[in-house]
Amino acid sequence: MNKDPIIIAFCCHYCAFTAADLAGTMRQQYPTNVRIVRLPCTGKVDIGMLLHAFVSGADGVMVAGCEEGSCHFLTGNLRAVKRVAKAKKLLAETGVNPERLDMFHIAASQGPLFAQTATEFTERIKGLNMEISENADQDVSGPEKTSQNCKPMEKNT
Amino acid sequence: MIVAERKPFEEIYNNVRKHKSILVLGCGSCVTVCMAGGEEEVGILSSQVELGAREKGDDISVIGHTIKRQCDVEFFDDETAKKIEQVDAVVSMACGVGVQFCVERFPDAIVYPALNTSFYGATMEQGVWAERCAGCGECVIEEFGGICPITRCSKSLLNGPCGGSDSGKCEVDPENLDCAWQLIIDRMDKLGRLEELEQVRPPKNWSKNRDGGPRTITREDKRL
Repeated sequence: MNKDPIIIAFCCHYCAFTAADLAGTMRQQYPTNVRIVRLPCTGKVDIGMLLHAFVSGADGVMVAGCEEGSCHFLTGNLRAVKRVAKAKKLLAETGVNPERLDMFHIAASQGPLFAQTATEFTERIKGLNMEISENADQDVSGPEKTSQNCKPMEKNT
Repeated sequence: MIVAERKPFEEIYNNVRKHKSILVLGCGSCVTVCMAGGEEEVGILSSQVELGAREKGDDISVIGHTIKRQCDVEFFDDETAKKIEQVDAVVSMACGVGVQFCVERFPDAIVYPALNTSFYGATMEQGVWAERCAGCGECVIEEFGGICPITRCSKSLLNGPCGGSDSGKCEVDPENLDCAWQLIIDRMDKLGRLEELEQVRPPKNWSKNRDGGPRTITREDKRL
C-alpha cells in the first residue's frame, strides 16, 4: 500500500482555492500529497469525476467549497454535498472505504483552516492505507484482503 | 419516456465478475433523460466495476460506450459491433427493450441488464419522475379531462372514486399519492363537463393491453 498517499482536492475558485493560496502566502505548511484541482464552483463536481479520481489512483479525494449560505452561485456547494454523499454510497458498494472521500467548507479567508484540513485528511488517508497494509500482512491467504485499495498514480514531477 | 432505475451494484457485479472483459453499453435516449443509463451513468458504473474488481482481486477490464438508441438497429454501428465482439460480456444500461434488442442484434453476445425498467413517465422536476401512461393500447384520457384513470388510479377504476379516497389522497400512499379520481372530478368540474361522469363506463377491452399477449404493430405503408 502506498504510504505516501495521493490526495485530490477539488477546490472552489471563490473560497477553498483562494484559502489554499492564502495558506501559501501565510507560509502555512500542509502535505505535498494534496493535489488541487480548481473548479469554478463545487457545484461543478459530479459523481463520475469523484469516482474517476479513485480509478486513476487517488487514495483520497476532498471536495472543498464555500460555507453554507456563501456560495458565489448560491447553491453549488449544497449540490456538491448531496453528490459527495451519493458518491460515498457508491464507493462503499464497491468495497472502498467511503471515509476516503469527504466534503469540507472553507472560506477564502481561512488559509490556516485549509492547511489544517489538508493535513488532517492526509493523516486520515495514511491511517486507512496503513490498516490495509496491516491486514494484508496478517492474512496473505485470500486475494480479497491482499488487494490494493487504489493503485498508485504515476507521479508527475 | 421509459423510466428506469439502476440495479444495485452487487447484483450487477455478481454477473460481471464471471468475465475477464466487459462493455458497459449506455443508451442515449429515455434512460439518459431519466439519468439511469446515459453516458454519465456509464462512466459511473465503469468506475465502480473497476474499483470493485480492484478491491476483490478480480481481473476485469472495462470499456464504456454509449449509442444513440439501443432499440433501433441502425445505431448499433460498426464501432459498437467491434467493441461487443472484443469483450466477453455486455452490460446494457438500456431499458428492457434495449437489452433484448441488443441480444437479438448480437445473438452470440452475453448481455446483462444494468437497469430495472419501471414505467412510462414524465420528469416532474430534476431527479423526480412519475408514471403517466400504462401503455394499455386503447387511450381513454379524453373522456376523463386529460387524466388517465388506468395509470393514475391505483385500482385503474373507470368508474371512481373508491372508498379509499380521503381528502384528495389515495389510501395506498396518503402522504404522496393523489387520488386520480379527485383530480379527474376537479378537472371535469373546471371544464364544465362534470355531468359526463354520471355516465357509467362499461368494462374496458383489455385484449389490447398485455392481456392479449405480446403486441406488434405493423404498418404496410411504412414498410420498405
